[in-house]
Amino acid sequence: MLNWLQGIGHSVFASISRIGRAALFLWQCLLALSYIPQKPMLLVRQMYSVGVQTLLIILVAGIFVGMVLALQAYIVLVDFGAEESISLMVSLSILRELGPVFTGLLFAGRAGSALTAEIGLMKSTEQLSGMEMMAVNPMKYVIAPRFLAGLISVPLLTAIFMAVAILGGFFVATEMLGQYEGVFWSQMQAKVDFYDDLINGMIKSLVFGFVVVWIAVFEGYDCVPTSEGLGQATTRTVVHGSLAVLGLDFVLTALMFNV
Amino acid sequence: MDIHQGQVTAIMGPSGTGKTTLLKLIGGQLKPDAGTVHVAGENIHKLSMKALYDLRRRTMGMLFQSGALLTDMSVFENVAFPLREHTRLPESAIQRLVMLKLEVVGLRGARELMPAELSGGMARRVALARAISLDPQIIMYDEPFTGQDPISMGVIVKLIHDMNHALGMTSVVVSHDVAEAASISDYIYVISAGRVVEHGTPKSIRHSSSEWVQQFMGGLADGPVPFHYSNTPLMDDLMPQGKRGEA
Repeated sequence: MLNWLQGIGHSVFASISRIGRAALFLWQCLLALSYIPQKPMLLVRQMYSVGVQTLLIILVAGIFVGMVLALQAYIVLVDFGAEESISLMVSLSILRELGPVFTGLLFAGRAGSALTAEIGLMKSTEQLSGMEMMAVNPMKYVIAPRFLAGLISVPLLTAIFMAVAILGGFFVATEMLGQYEGVFWSQMQAKVDFYDDLINGMIKSLVFGFVVVWIAVFEGYDCVPTSEGLGQATTRTVVHGSLAVLGLDFVLTALMFNV
Repeated sequence: MDIHQGQVTAIMGPSGTGKTTLLKLIGGQLKPDAGTVHVAGENIHKLSMKALYDLRRRTMGMLFQSGALLTDMSVFENVAFPLREHTRLPESAIQRLVMLKLEVVGLRGARELMPAELSGGMARRVALARAISLDPQIIMYDEPFTGQDPISMGVIVKLIHDMNHALGMTSVVVSHDVAEAASISDYIYVISAGRVVEHGTPKSIRHSSSEWVQQFMGGLADGPVPFHYSNTPLMDDLMPQGKRGEA
């Protein structure tokens, strides 16, 4: 019994200590962002690695999500004679929820895990220690550019996901289900609000990007520098990142729509 | 423990005894639970982060056991990295300095290679060229001979010795390779379980009266450090006490 209680206490203290380290790490990372204007190429390289290399999965996922949504919308709406509202269902679902959430999840799986693995491997091969001994702060040189690149990339990828998904829905609605193009766009134009729907979706994507990239770079920097520790850190990035996206989505939706 | 300017000081001891930890304490990467570390007259753990980085830039270089080369940069870029970060030299000057440093370690011809294309010995020589690129006053070597073939080991021994004498650096060599470390060092500290057990010149260490030091320097399998991890008799594990009568 005493051992069991001790185990719980140890886990609680370890978790609190880890949260504290993560908060301190974030603070140092934010301070280190001031270094990037001196070395803009570091950011450009990471934008390519984190953003551009995630583009393909975002495009493919976006197009299929849009197409499936249009089909599902048609199946439901046709019973009520409201199949003209396919574009409305597709666009609102994509802009408010699926765009930011899917992008956040895909980013955590593709770029987040890669960031953790890369930073963790740099730690286990002593590259980060080597930088410190060369008087180059790895927080400035390694972490901050990756953090900012992720922060910029996620909203951009979300915008691309949204556009592609709506085009996927448009293709299904017009080419497969025979809806007029004008009806598709006019329904969307009439009911979708720029601020309530699009801007709120982009705010969500910014929050998701911030949290996922924070988790990814912290897990890499804080990992146990062994092959097992690196594997566990990468898994934690995907699991914690995905759960954070889903949990925050609920909180943000409740706040944005005053539920 | 005092490390004298201009000398090669070896810190020797068995694996897991705290040699690398000691280097990290000197470099300010770890904080001591007790005691102080003074480098170039500064209490290194009292310095602000900015002052610590400044001290490292001005005075320290370190050769890591793995080389710690940046894997996304070529040999040339790795050696140029500290120069690009800490100086405002024109590209032509950086080019010349890098070539000179690579010439010192004999790898000028490998400047275009990536770290993954280098052998372990070559990677350490590149790391050495990078460590001396800013002409530090102190250079620390973490297990520089481990895992090297005899030729690479000979090259590294020669480089450490020659650079120390030619450039007037202070060298701290952490190693458990007794013969190599003793051959180039002016002074040796032997440590075990975080404590200094013997110190002196290589000659005096070889003639130490300590049995432990004799076992370590001679590479003897048994002695004060027992061959067997456990002291319980083998019979206890093969046949537990209660079952001996039955057998």
